[in-house]
Amino acid sequence: MSRRPSFTPKIVTANHLGVGDVVYLSASGEWVRDLSQAELIEDEAHAQLRLLEAEARLHEVVGPYLADAAKGPTGPIPTHFREAFRASGPSNRPDHRRAPPAPATPKPIMTHREAEVEGAL
Amino acid sequence: MYQYNDFDRAFLAERTAQFRAQVARRLDGSLTEEEFRPLRLMNGVYLQLHAYMFRVAIPYGTLRSEQMRGLAYVAEKWDRGYGHFTTRQNIQFNWPKLVDIPDMMDHLETVGIHAIQTSGNTIRNVTADHFAGAAADEIADPRPIAELLRQWSTDHGEFQFLPRKFKIGITGSPNDRAVTRSHDIGLRMVERDGEPGFEVMVGGGLGRTPLIGKTIRDFLPKADLLPYIEAILAAYNAAGRRDNKFKARLKITVLENGLEAFRDAVEAEFPARRAAFSGADQQVLAAIEAQFAPPEFRGGDAAAYEAARAADPVFRAWADTNLTAHRRADHAIVTVSLKAHGATPGDCSATQMRALADLADAHGYGELRISHEQNVVIPHVPRDALPALHAVLKEHGLATANIGLASDIIACPGMDYCTLATARSIPVAQAIALTLEEREAEVGPLKIKISGCINACGHHHVGHIGILGLDRAGVENYQITLGGDHTERAAIGERTGPGFPADRIVPAVERLIDAYLELREGADEPFIDTYRRLGMAPFKAALYDQGNVSDAA
Repeated sequence: MSRRPSFTPKIVTANHLGVGDVVYLSASGEWVRDLSQAELIEDEAHAQLRLLEAEARLHEVVGPYLADAAKGPTGPIPTHFREAFRASGPSNRPDHRRAPPAPATPKPIMTHREAEVEGAL
Repeated sequence: MYQYNDFDRAFLAERTAQFRAQVARRLDGSLTEEEFRPLRLMNGVYLQLHAYMFRVAIPYGTLRSEQMRGLAYVAEKWDRGYGHFTTRQNIQFNWPKLVDIPDMMDHLETVGIHAIQTSGNTIRNVTADHFAGAAADEIADPRPIAELLRQWSTDHGEFQFLPRKFKIGITGSPNDRAVTRSHDIGLRMVERDGEPGFEVMVGGGLGRTPLIGKTIRDFLPKADLLPYIEAILAAYNAAGRRDNKFKARLKITVLENGLEAFRDAVEAEFPARRAAFSGADQQVLAAIEAQFAPPEFRGGDAAAYEAARAADPVFRAWADTNLTAHRRADHAIVTVSLKAHGATPGDCSATQMRALADLADAHGYGELRISHEQNVVIPHVPRDALPALHAVLKEHGLATANIGLASDIIACPGMDYCTLATARSIPVAQAIALTLEEREAEVGPLKIKISGCINACGHHHVGHIGILGLDRAGVENYQITLGGDHTERAAIGERTGPGFPADRIVPAVERLIDAYLELREGADEPFIDTYRRLGMAPFKAALYDQGNVSDAA
């Protein structure tokens, strides 16, 4: 019997209706702002159920969706750079960061000088 | 400049009251997001990656000093103390709370600014030459026409649900600084036998299908402008595709039907449209034109300017790059760079906005402009005031002498803010600017333009060097195009080949610069001319040969 294709773990994420910032659904059904406190969903059917529940709360959030994530040391971590930027804030304005750069954040774009120092050239 | 009248103020007050009620109904759950989204978009309210974004139009790029102060006030009171000037002469506030946006609108109304139709499938902010009314090479100031178009298009009942967004750009000068051929309708003022009129171009646009606008009328009399544009919109409204978002812009309508067939449809529509105009538009235009009378210029003593230029090399370097010929020899057009090396292109703090407003009042008749190149322009400055103006710019980090040089980069917000983005663009601009800072004077005129997705808000197709950031299997990848041109010689750049990962894109641009310096016939042959003379091959070799090919992906 062939195994079912493995399911990439998911988180439910959206933007807060009033403020517009990024929120995640926790296991207890709270909208939280820290990705590590989000529920990491490892079962596809459960993921769909959680998304449906989130979609029913459209007076709280905008555009909930399932995003890929992985298990990190203290909770879910992003696997794609878009979710890394959503978790941590714009990279060009460190003063507006909401969290330290998340895993999967691409390296800073290096100037030529920095690339030389790093031996990338 | 145009001042709102009682009608304008009452209209905006009512519109904001409507939006305030819509926001309240959204927040209490009476409206779904699906119902609310088109309502917020037609008022310039987006939801971006980290927050709502409020896009406010700066019609034809013109601001009075008190309007700039109004933007500063809004940035500080309801946002995070700065704004971002865009490639379509808008300003975007990146961090507003939904509930505050109606208050922001009310405040902006007091200084004569609004955000209507800065999004949605409507006629967007009409953009114009940022040197309008000041440039030495201008036939006539295009802004009264742009204001007429703004009044006509705002809340125009027939054109609120177009197949797709619709952009109009206008220039009054033969040197096109408004990228008119990248607009759905481009307008270029021309004269025939002493009669003022327009060359009308249609079907330009960047994005996933970049096309240069085609001339649909080489001379349209000035009085026929509104009925003719209405005829274009009506023909597009009927023929434009609504089945496929990516084929819905006018450029595709013109491409699929052919210019001749589209012109026939417009001409068929035109007589009835013209007959319906009673001449009221020309009366309105005459009243608008009276409001765009030039300031009462005072004489500027060129000797004081020359003395400062001779004495201060920093001032001289700035004057040589950031000043443009004014139509009066004793004045200059000042372009204030919002591209300090390493800064975010187009970002301007509230403190800087106030400083610019104060400078405009002190030395520039209270006038300011925003360019599509994301800089601020003080269009009329007597030459003897330039040293004092420069000194104040320096205090505010606004005296970067790089206009038209490699670090004067257009960049869209990219993955740092935008939900549509596929890669970052601002950090690429920052790194290129820092890398090229020391030798950009030697390199000379160069337009680098960066977009973080295929929609091309960063105008990469018309950059001499264009950079497009894509997501290739979960990794940022940057494609390079060469030979684009945003001027009256408008051209779409050609792709060099495979793209480069994020940590290789800056060295790749450096290799292009090295190759250019090697290949040019002299310091007076700019990058674009060397490229036109030699073509892609030597630049491609610089990018991909000699082991550099491993950089590409």
